[in-house]
Amino acid sequence: MSRRLAHVDRVGIEERAAQLGARSIKTTAKQQGIRLAVSVIDLTTLEGADTAGKVRQLCAKAVCPAPTIPEIPSVAAICVYPSLVAVAREALAGTGVRTASVATGFPAGQVSLEAKLRDTEDAVAAGAEEIDMVISREAFLAGDDVRVMREVARVKDACGDAHLKVILETAELGSYDHVRHASMLAMEAGADFIKTSTGKAAAGATPGVCLVMLEAIRDHVERTGRIVGFKAAGGVSTSKAALHRLVLVKETLGDEWLTPDRLRIGASSVLNDLLMQYAKTESGRYGRSEDFSRE
Amino acid sequence: MTVEPRTSIVWEYAPAPEATDHLRLAERYGLFIGGAFCEPAEARYVPTINPATEEPIAEIAWAGPRDVERAIEVARAAQPRWAALPDRERGKYLFRIARLIQERARELAVVETLDGGKPLRESRDVDIPLAAAHFFHYAGWADKLRYGVVARKVEPLGVVGQIVPWNFPLLMAAWKLAPGLACGNTAILKPAETTPLTALLLAEICQEAELPDGVVSILPGDGTVGATLVRAPGLDKIAFTGSTAVGRDIQTALAGRGMELTLELGGKSANIVFEDAAIDQAVEGIVNGIFFNQGHVCCAGSRLLIQESVLDEVIAKLWARMGRLRIGDPLDKNTDVGAINSAEQLERIETLVAAGEDEGAVRRSVACSLPERGYWFAPTLFTDVSPAHRIAVEEIFGPVVSVLSFRTQAEAIEKANNSRYGLAAGIWTDKGAKAFEVASALRAGVVWQNTYNHFDPTAAFGGYKESGFGREGGPAGLRPYLRVVR
Amino acid sequence: MARLPVRKTYKLWIGGAFVRSESGRSDVVGDVNIPRGSRKDVREAVAAARRAAAPWAARTAYNRGQILYRAAEALESRRAQLIAVLDGAEPGARARGETQARAEAEVDAAVDVLVHYAGWTDKLQAVLGGINPVAAPFLSFSLPEPTGVVGIVAPDEPSLLGLMAEVAPALAAGNTVVAILSESAPHPGLDLAEVLGVADIPAGVVNLLSGRRGELAMTLGGHRDLNAILDASGDASLGAELDRLAAETIKRARHGNAATSYDQAVDNALERIAAVTEMKTAWHPVGA
Repeated sequence: MSRRLAHVDRVGIEERAAQLGARSIKTTAKQQGIRLAVSVIDLTTLEGADTAGKVRQLCAKAVCPAPTIPEIPSVAAICVYPSLVAVAREALAGTGVRTASVATGFPAGQVSLEAKLRDTEDAVAAGAEEIDMVISREAFLAGDDVRVMREVARVKDACGDAHLKVILETAELGSYDHVRHASMLAMEAGADFIKTSTGKAAAGATPGVCLVMLEAIRDHVERTGRIVGFKAAGGVSTSKAALHRLVLVKETLGDEWLTPDRLRIGASSVLNDLLMQYAKTESGRYGRSEDFSRE
Repeated sequence: MTVEPRTSIVWEYAPAPEATDHLRLAERYGLFIGGAFCEPAEARYVPTINPATEEPIAEIAWAGPRDVERAIEVARAAQPRWAALPDRERGKYLFRIARLIQERARELAVVETLDGGKPLRESRDVDIPLAAAHFFHYAGWADKLRYGVVARKVEPLGVVGQIVPWNFPLLMAAWKLAPGLACGNTAILKPAETTPLTALLLAEICQEAELPDGVVSILPGDGTVGATLVRAPGLDKIAFTGSTAVGRDIQTALAGRGMELTLELGGKSANIVFEDAAIDQAVEGIVNGIFFNQGHVCCAGSRLLIQESVLDEVIAKLWARMGRLRIGDPLDKNTDVGAINSAEQLERIETLVAAGEDEGAVRRSVACSLPERGYWFAPTLFTDVSPAHRIAVEEIFGPVVSVLSFRTQAEAIEKANNSRYGLAAGIWTDKGAKAFEVASALRAGVVWQNTYNHFDPTAAFGGYKESGFGREGGPAGLRPYLRVVR
Repeated sequence: MARLPVRKTYKLWIGGAFVRSESGRSDVVGDVNIPRGSRKDVREAVAAARRAAAPWAARTAYNRGQILYRAAEALESRRAQLIAVLDGAEPGARARGETQARAEAEVDAAVDVLVHYAGWTDKLQAVLGGINPVAAPFLSFSLPEPTGVVGIVAPDEPSLLGLMAEVAPALAAGNTVVAILSESAPHPGLDLAEVLGVADIPAGVVNLLSGRRGELAMTLGGHRDLNAILDASGDASLGAELDRLAAETIKRARHGNAATSYDQAVDNALERIAAVTEMKTAWHPVGA
């Protein structure tokens, strides 16, 4: 069965994304932008070596990223593997920071649907409030849109009250046309958020990819009235990159989207760079890595 | 510890004005003749104004008839030695100029914005880099003419008069001077009345590059200076970029005189969106096509032809996108649309827009707060436009786009070609075969497929019909400055 | 006591780094130790040139032109030093009793040759390529592309200009190069490496090796990952051997005389460029 791909012009998309990267964000706008960026971070650790100790330390950072700068808010959520969800929930109790878990055989997703559903149910049972699933690239690249959507819908059911982010793994899809198509499939199948990447592939939330997905969201909301959020993950490692993503969201979807309910940035190391840049706006000095804690 | 409220914020970009304290502008500039700045024969100094604030920036000497005569003499005297230089040495002067433009890029960008009103982002990212690139490209042609023009022997024309407009002052000066000089001609440049400053800074750069005296002269002034130049004896060629009306005058003035002439004139270019276009990118292209440089672009995509099956969708997306345009202080790095170049131009725009409303088209203008002082016009969209409406026929040269619909490929081509002008066109479709067929059928000198307003020193630019004749850019840009001897 | 100068250690230039020969050996040429490049050095150099080839070709022609022009700026700024190195470095020139004036002329010519070819990067496409007016409803165009990695056997003399005349056209056409320097006068080439190393030439785009020409040229000429070989050695039997080696993988091969003047380096510019260029022809329907 042949599919009809949406047309996305790569040169045009990348030009527009780059143009928006040239916005000059200074002084009060920069401070406000940094605080906003922190507030939408899903602070992430997804390593084989993760343990309860590591996760507890990260949770403390998530709740209070910079004790010396009280106006820096908590991040939006912590993102961990299912086996560490319970630890995170306990550490975050009463703080307002949410617990998100990857599931469905993250990151490759090359397991049976049953295993993906079980993975999801386990995470939810352990207390995950948000689930980040991966679409089946194997099905997508074979052109089986029906199976891609069916899996998303089944996982959505298994989430219960938890909200579902659907990871497209854009670096593996092949082209912007495919990214847009995958975005539409995920939204149509019930995603609460669409997310660029696992952070484990060669590329992540490049400006061009983000813009394509934001335009897809814009059209979907226009057509159906249903809000779907956007999460940029992978490759957003500097303040400049984070602010660029915020500009893309602002100028594509509007200021109403600058809230953790509709926007997330999945990251780990960018948080300290944001704190360093914030400190610089106050003190005028360029910082060093020792100025902020590393978990 | 605060928990950020989960309602959204309004994130304003703080003012981000480009600094002007590094500028080294004089209070007063003379004419540039024979390698030096000098007083005009009859003292006449006129201030050049910042159109965003109506404040004067510097006083500029305006050339009179005797100055024109002297510049031509000096240029004539310098020409044989300039042409006799080993080709590669001539090229190396132009390489120097290119590098100096790059070194003084920031200063030139700020001055261009102050003098003309265009957003700093454009002068910084488009005008100045392209001007440097143009000199760099033609520097390399100086010793390769026999590859660029197929002939056994070519020689320069001699002394060329070059008249440039106010919409891309430094860039247009580069488009004219670089090929002219590379081919061994000497040149007299007349910058536009409202934007002389970057040409005068270019004169300083010529001095820094040690360009031999007399090779370039700069004669600021109003239209009468241009008219004098065109009618003066002793020139071998005129190159003009500007309105079709003035182009017609120049062509008339040259009648029977055996001089070479190239004209780059006005346009009413069609930007054509087919139903199978990448719609979001097409909308960006439409915006770039008509709001770039406030629409003060000869090749602006001012007639938007949309296939009827996607008419409403494109208009809706375009209008929403226009709402995100940032209009205001050209020196602010986040400004997308700057000031209108002059009071005269603003009046012309307003007159035509009023005509559009009178004739029954539906006008929508972006709601934005505009500064008290200065010349401003909000980006405007006209729908329900008929091909006979003045706003569909005449060049407005402002941030105003007129939308017409079409049903088929053949109809789009017919409508696009139905103009006295033929400068440029845009084609938005995902189908390659269609893009190439429409491109070959359009009577326009520059056809952009799935993009708009892209320029490069290697890509020939110029019009069909009343948009002018002659090409600038690439090897085609050498021909107008050479005579084939054998 | 008069001040003791700090002597230069000459090194090969491979992959953007200045390295000793992997062999650890050197030869005495003139009064200095010159690294004796080995087969493995050739292997490293070709690998570096291959890694650099796609990114170099992917830059805009304008950008490549800018880079080559800046290299000319860097070379011009080292004019005095190169004249001093050249003067008396070449046995042949010494034997002919040539003076410093000749060295000056050679350095000036080398700079101007580099400037000349910097100006070709964004023009060769228009001159060599074009639209093919095929007799069917297609847009057909032919455009020149770099052949890839070009091996160069530089002449013994002139050691700087002769080298530049081979390297510059290959770079202008978008290729990366591995050059075996003059065996009798390698110093100017190694100094050129230092000049290029501080200009904006990306790592691996130019690789310069000194050593025993016969041995190195054979390894280079037989390397299966080389796309073309430019032989300016003037040695007919070496040339014939290089031709035989080239045949193994159908390499493009060109033999030329050493350029001894600016004119000789640029008069046949198009031929030099075409020798290291591939033509790609594409067709696309024109319809609806």
